[in-house]
Amino acid sequence: MVTLTINGTKVQAEEGSTILEVSRFYGIDIPTLCYHDELTPYGACRLCMVEVDDGKRTRLVVSCLYPVKEGIKVKTNTERVVNGRKLILELLLARCPNSKTLQDLASRMGLEKVRFKMENEDCILCGLCVRMCAEQMGSGAIGFVGRGKKREVVTPFRMASEICRNCGACMYICPAVELQCRGVKSPGELCNSCLVFTPQCLEKYGQVMCTLDSCGACVEKEEK
Amino acid sequence: MKKIRTPQELEALRNSLLQQREPNKPCVRVCLGTGCRARGSVGVIEAFKDEIKRQGLEIKVDSKQTGCHGFCERGPVVVIGPKEIFYQRVKSCDVAEIVSKTLLNGKVVDRLLYVDPATGQKALYEYDVPFYKKQRRRILANNGRIDPTKIFDYIAIGGYQALAKALTTMSCEEIIDTVEKSGLRGLGGGGFPTGRKWRLCRKAAGDVKFVIGNGDEGDPGAFSDRSLMEANPHSILEGMTIGAYAIGANQGYLYVRAEYPLALKHLQIAIDQAREYGFLGNNIFSSGFDFDIKINRGGGAFVCGESSALVASIEGKMGEPRAKYVHTVERGLWNKPTNLNNVKTWASVPLIINNGADWYAKIGTEKSKGTAIFSLVGKVNNTGLVEVPMGTPLKGIIYDIGGGILEGKNFKAVQTGGPSGGCIPEELLDLPVDFERLTETGSMMGSGGMIVMDEDTCMVDVARYFLDFLQHESCGKCVPCREGIKRMLEIITDITAGRGKEEDPELLQELAEMVRDFSLCALGGTAPNTVLSTLMYFRDEYEAHVRDKKCPAGICKDLIEYFILEDKCTGCGACLKLCPQQAIQGEPKKLHMVDPAKCIRCGICRDACTFEAIMVK
Amino acid sequence: MAESVSEYSKVDKIVESYFCEGSALIAILQEIENLYGYLPAWALRHVSERLDVPLIQVYGVASFYDAFHLTPRGKHLIRVCLGTACYLRGSARVLEALERELGIKDGETTPGLEFSIQSVRCLGACALAPVMIVGERYFDKMTPTKVSSVLKRVQGKNEKD
Repeated sequence: MVTLTINGTKVQAEEGSTILEVSRFYGIDIPTLCYHDELTPYGACRLCMVEVDDGKRTRLVVSCLYPVKEGIKVKTNTERVVNGRKLILELLLARCPNSKTLQDLASRMGLEKVRFKMENEDCILCGLCVRMCAEQMGSGAIGFVGRGKKREVVTPFRMASEICRNCGACMYICPAVELQCRGVKSPGELCNSCLVFTPQCLEKYGQVMCTLDSCGACVEKEEK
Repeated sequence: MKKIRTPQELEALRNSLLQQREPNKPCVRVCLGTGCRARGSVGVIEAFKDEIKRQGLEIKVDSKQTGCHGFCERGPVVVIGPKEIFYQRVKSCDVAEIVSKTLLNGKVVDRLLYVDPATGQKALYEYDVPFYKKQRRRILANNGRIDPTKIFDYIAIGGYQALAKALTTMSCEEIIDTVEKSGLRGLGGGGFPTGRKWRLCRKAAGDVKFVIGNGDEGDPGAFSDRSLMEANPHSILEGMTIGAYAIGANQGYLYVRAEYPLALKHLQIAIDQAREYGFLGNNIFSSGFDFDIKINRGGGAFVCGESSALVASIEGKMGEPRAKYVHTVERGLWNKPTNLNNVKTWASVPLIINNGADWYAKIGTEKSKGTAIFSLVGKVNNTGLVEVPMGTPLKGIIYDIGGGILEGKNFKAVQTGGPSGGCIPEELLDLPVDFERLTETGSMMGSGGMIVMDEDTCMVDVARYFLDFLQHESCGKCVPCREGIKRMLEIITDITAGRGKEEDPELLQELAEMVRDFSLCALGGTAPNTVLSTLMYFRDEYEAHVRDKKCPAGICKDLIEYFILEDKCTGCGACLKLCPQQAIQGEPKKLHMVDPAKCIRCGICRDACTFEAIMVK
Repeated sequence: MAESVSEYSKVDKIVESYFCEGSALIAILQEIENLYGYLPAWALRHVSERLDVPLIQVYGVASFYDAFHLTPRGKHLIRVCLGTACYLRGSARVLEALERELGIKDGETTPGLEFSIQSVRCLGACALAPVMIVGERYFDKMTPTKVSSVLKRVQGKNEKD
């Protein structure tokens, strides 16, 4: 166990846990977008950034990844941190203005205006769907592709993936918006997977695994 | 070929090589580095070989290809030993004359000598050429002297002696102590104390460790790594082997940009030869230490110069950096302790082992010991590679070595550290160059690019240029870098196009500070430097663009106009013919005019005009 | 489109020369790019299978690095250096002239697959700025006016001489 200070309060934590885990345990809220406690932390949205004084120097770190250490002093809401978070949210809203999650976060932070040219994207590139598909569902059918401005989440070749099991977990976990459906099979050919559903997961896992419709209705269809 | 197993065997080989070489035999050394190659130096050395053969002079005269000599402005470069007569801008048609005049009769071919444009003085020997005179070449010392494809050349000048010394007479702790005492700091730009890094890696838990040589040099305008890898590959291998021994690693990787085919070729030849002679492989110098090096070609991504992205790339993944709260020295390549250093840093190691830590620390400043290497490019007369003691004033590098500004124009700023660096204005020209001082001004040492800018450079456009580069190279993982740079670029592009708003410089400053503080890796973290430094030192240019919609330097296309001078135009019509927009009108032998509505400021007319009659407003 | 067996075996040979190691993915893709001038989809799928690396990772790597292209390229690959030294000496105008002459933008290929334009950042030949390379031929001290004559030379001759 290590002892550290968060916002002036002394707390105790298990070695190896992150600042975010410890903070949330003690009811101190730090906003996040790309974090989910069942998935590997990613550190990409940078909203959870906090100030840490480790005795030698003070610097900004992402609380979802930074391991607690004995004697560190953590501040979760300094002026630099709060202003930075607001600006990050403003940038994200300029990209995806129609996301309720982002709008709610913005309201809580007192953000009213976006000073940049507005776009109309859906995806905030948080990677939760990618990690969900790979880590929880054991599939890895979707992933990040492209660099920088061109980065997006797609299936290989933007075609319906052969290993996608239609479980819907990606849609379930997405904070920003509903994800698109599987995609086309070949140009012009609709995938229709929801219509002619062959549950591959039965064979692999012995039970119906999807989060969309775990009523098992698909199985009956098969047997007919 | 028998492997060299002991220091004595190495010494014996070296002596036999020296005996075979006559120190007074004339030797023609032709630079085959990428710069000179592009100017036809391959043809030059072939011409030498042919001519020497034709005249039956093989016994009397040697010819040798070398790597980059560094004075790329004056390539193809040819040096005639043993006197070190220096010829520049040599063409294949000059070769016959050089052979008969200089090689056979010791006479000089005057027109090929370097002439100082300021004093008119001719330099006969390499060490007299002002470009070289003020340098202190330690790491680059042998670049123009050895054939990089021949290991015997490297051994003859003392190569692998440091490795022998380290492996047979020094303990791992002693080696790390020596490197630490020397004050060597990472020459890839980070400037982290090398000895301390090695120590941390050695202490890290685990039996399997790796060393990596970073030859990714993605900074546009920097080519010191390229030059070193092409010209003296063995120095890097030797350094890596010594380091691996000290740290306890048995496998090394050399990560080299795919855009450097010659460097890749020479490094592979060097590795093959080193293996052949036992300097790589099992039981090196009978010490029981095994070590080998593999080359990984970069896929083309500037971000892969960052250590965690580089590691991801070697693992066969996309080059995405990760947060480094657990350092690479503890968990790096395949989660094993990994020590990554730039190739220049590795090449410094044999020098330190051979000459001692005190020798290395003898020159430099209090916190930055040794030498710094810069690729001096831009609006400067002598473009090339420069190695100077840390602490040399900027002015000295640009004027004494660089020969001052092209075409006698006025100095405006110098950019160091590549896209991650900042612009330093005239009032700071006396600045002694070292890690700390450069960072204090808002720039950084970086990978050694030093880009000189003159009065015709628009500083807002420079900031825009670097933001554009960084946006293209950003991996896109984190929001500040991906979205922040994009928006900074949007704003600054608007400014250069005359659409700048009053509040834009403030907004730029706000974005820049957040991106600097919140980004995941050093690419995003240093991306705002050019914006911040130009806002600090050249605010007036931003104001001119925003308020007056003018570009003082005459660069930003939407804010300038071309017009033709009445007293210079001869009505020759050259511009009219070439204008892609048919924007020029005029009758033969009469004053021509540019129609500003049609003109796109492409610059073709200005190029074509031999009377300098087309001006920028 | 089903590739002939011989095409698959060419890719197999490359994969096997790297001992089917997943970490050699980038080097393997570079060799395939050299062979075909780009990375065909069937080749990427085959590599994913042989290396036992998830297809999404192969596709991701193919999309991330500048060396890789997912669509066929032109016969003559023209690279204009936009590195700082070349940019300061006017290479952006050279690129614009090239785009005007060929009717395509940076990164694109002419419809007949004859020319591709690719801007690059720093080939390490800064003293020759502005630099343009066609295939393996260097053209130094380029200006916008020289562009059309260079294109004519390239079309007329074999680019490797």
